[in-house]
Amino acid sequence: MELVYTAEQNAFRAEVREWLAQHIPAEPLASFDTSEGFEQHREWEKTLAKGNWGMVTWPKAYGGRGCNLIEWLIFEEEYYRAEAPLRVNQNGIFLLGPTLMEYGSDEQKARFISKMASGEEIWAQGWSEPGAGSDMAAIRSTAVRDGDEYVINGQKVWSTRAVFADWVFCIFRTDPESSRHRGLSFVFVPLDAEGVTVRPIEQLNGLPGFAEIFFDNVRVPAFNRLGEEGEGWKIAMSTAGFERGLMLRSPARFQQSAKRLVELYRQKRQDILDSSIEDSVVRCYMDAEAYALSTYQTASRLMAGGSIGAESSCNKIFWSELDLHIYSTAMSLLGARAEIIPEQGAADDELGSWLDGFLFAQSGPIYAGTNEIQRNIIAERMLEMPRG
Amino acid sequence: MDFTFNQDQMAFRDSLASMLADAVSSESIRARWQTQSGFNRDTWQQLAEMGITGMLVPVAVGGMQMDEVDFVMLAEECGRVALPEPLVDIAQVSTRMLAELVQANPAFAEQGNALLAQLADGSALVIAGHMINPYQNFASEADYFLLPHGEEVHLLSRDQVSLTAHKSLDPSRRLARIEWTPAAETRIVDGQQGALLWRAALNRGALGAAAQMLGLAQAMLAQTVQYSCDREQFGKAIGSNQAVKHLLADCAVRIEFARPVVYRAAYTTSVEPQRADCAVSHAKTAAASAALLCARHCTQVHGAMGYTWECDLHIWAKRSWALDKNWGDEGFHKNRIHEWLLNPRALFGAEYTFGASNTAFDLGLESGKPEEVCA
Repeated sequence: MELVYTAEQNAFRAEVREWLAQHIPAEPLASFDTSEGFEQHREWEKTLAKGNWGMVTWPKAYGGRGCNLIEWLIFEEEYYRAEAPLRVNQNGIFLLGPTLMEYGSDEQKARFISKMASGEEIWAQGWSEPGAGSDMAAIRSTAVRDGDEYVINGQKVWSTRAVFADWVFCIFRTDPESSRHRGLSFVFVPLDAEGVTVRPIEQLNGLPGFAEIFFDNVRVPAFNRLGEEGEGWKIAMSTAGFERGLMLRSPARFQQSAKRLVELYRQKRQDILDSSIEDSVVRCYMDAEAYALSTYQTASRLMAGGSIGAESSCNKIFWSELDLHIYSTAMSLLGARAEIIPEQGAADDELGSWLDGFLFAQSGPIYAGTNEIQRNIIAERMLEMPRG
Repeated sequence: MDFTFNQDQMAFRDSLASMLADAVSSESIRARWQTQSGFNRDTWQQLAEMGITGMLVPVAVGGMQMDEVDFVMLAEECGRVALPEPLVDIAQVSTRMLAELVQANPAFAEQGNALLAQLADGSALVIAGHMINPYQNFASEADYFLLPHGEEVHLLSRDQVSLTAHKSLDPSRRLARIEWTPAAETRIVDGQQGALLWRAALNRGALGAAAQMLGLAQAMLAQTVQYSCDREQFGKAIGSNQAVKHLLADCAVRIEFARPVVYRAAYTTSVEPQRADCAVSHAKTAAASAALLCARHCTQVHGAMGYTWECDLHIWAKRSWALDKNWGDEGFHKNRIHEWLLNPRALFGAEYTFGASNTAFDLGLESGKPEEVCA
């Protein structure tokens, strides 16, 4: 155990900090759930890609830097410290990218990865259906093989970023006789294909952060299938592992929120009558740090040849509840002002960022597998309790 | 940056675990409850022969000169079996304090080194009676006491103190209040030197309690998972019900996010014990929170059995309730962190997780100088 950064790691941090200071847009970008903001964020992805900062853990051949997990953590720490724009292509680079590298053919990697990396193609995720939410194996949308193509029919829902994105990665039933998790395949669909209809769904903040997607005899080449036919469930589970595990929510995000919370607390604490606030602030700070320490520990273990298992379900519960706690505490500190939506461009924009975060935090325990499903996974796979 | 234990540390942990599995069972713990002393001298001698009582004692006086990182998983194992003997306090607090007293006061070297050698070979018990703990565990078994007068450190032998026994909610603990009279002859160091020593002792004691609670929590969870698989109601194992699964999954989450915090505190304590306040307070709070949640949920899952003297679970639950208040309670430890959060010179942020001196670079972008970190 040596909890000290090496000289190389400190040099890397300095390099990241300097680049971000020089390149982060001076004006905050509009929300990526507006068409204007989406394009601004796409531009930012392109800027990151030009500096090879888009996906630091990816191999150099794909535009990355071949960074190890500790360097990735350092990059993320600097990224959130600098309050750089959110990643509009996170579904692509954090989830699909690693999955493509594991399961994609060389031709598929050549076709999809570089455009994902460059920000030219932004990806949405299409897994849930009206009848297949937590029970994802209940998927009914079909992709039927017809020569060199699949013909897709059905409906996906809660597809994050699908309103403005270019592509969606989906799971369809390719074997109509199959049931549950057998007979599913992992297929990419361009969102401008004929027969695709995207219906935006407004989230709690009034913006269309996700969408329903309808497929009416949509034809895509068989080339768009990742892995073998029928392997969709297995591949999706490995993607879900990335999602719940390390990559989706790096600890720096929560440490930055906790730091801002402490700053807010220092300003407001004299005016606060609720004596539980002090305890909440201390716990938020500690839990953000605990999540960081846990991630460093996992990263060290993985780098020493270990693996990540059902404990990633612990992560998802912990960070989503932490996020709620941080933003609920901030709302308490703001008191009656907490409900105010600031005027666009007003100086009081700090109010808005807490409210936005508070609303978004409500989704944490739901997306990427509800926390109830995570608790089942922990009980059955980590504790080996009997299945229900 | 490396957050893993090495092969030697894991092998040492495994060999202690296997020794404890043979030497300490719920039967042997209950047998101790029937005795006056509550202390098993054979077990203690075995621990001494393995080198564990003297693990942190300097090599020159018969110890192994290892550190808190080497010891933290051993303390966790002591908690896992609910070891009644005060191994963690003796091996991690008393030994370090004696060694520091030898450094601070050369006139004490001969006696101090002799005591260290006796601690290492198991022939003497020295208890560090920190002011934060009004009752001392196993004081009646101790040969010597390190006691505070203000912040001075005094050394007293058993016949220089008078003890008043108090029963603990945990039948494995044997508590006493110590009455004594400070004198010039008993003083080893003055208040100025003593302050730092007591501060480090508190951090080592709280770290030890945290590591034990981490072990207690895991033991309670493991027993209860097993019980939930064995116990049937409505024709199926109670552990197949989501309501039961979710109680235990929450325990698992709390444990997962206490473990690295405790290990980090061990590291910081070994490197810089006087600056480990926040790391240790976080560890104590996180481990207590895991142990208390396990005590609560595991008792619940055991149903009425969980509320009986016969069911073993209370061996671990009661230790958790006791250690939660030992070496500083939740309020004390959260307050140390709160004070730091309000310190205008405090540095936070992800880049300071491992301390400011660790992030040893300055791009000239900082407005202030990094000075205070929660080490």
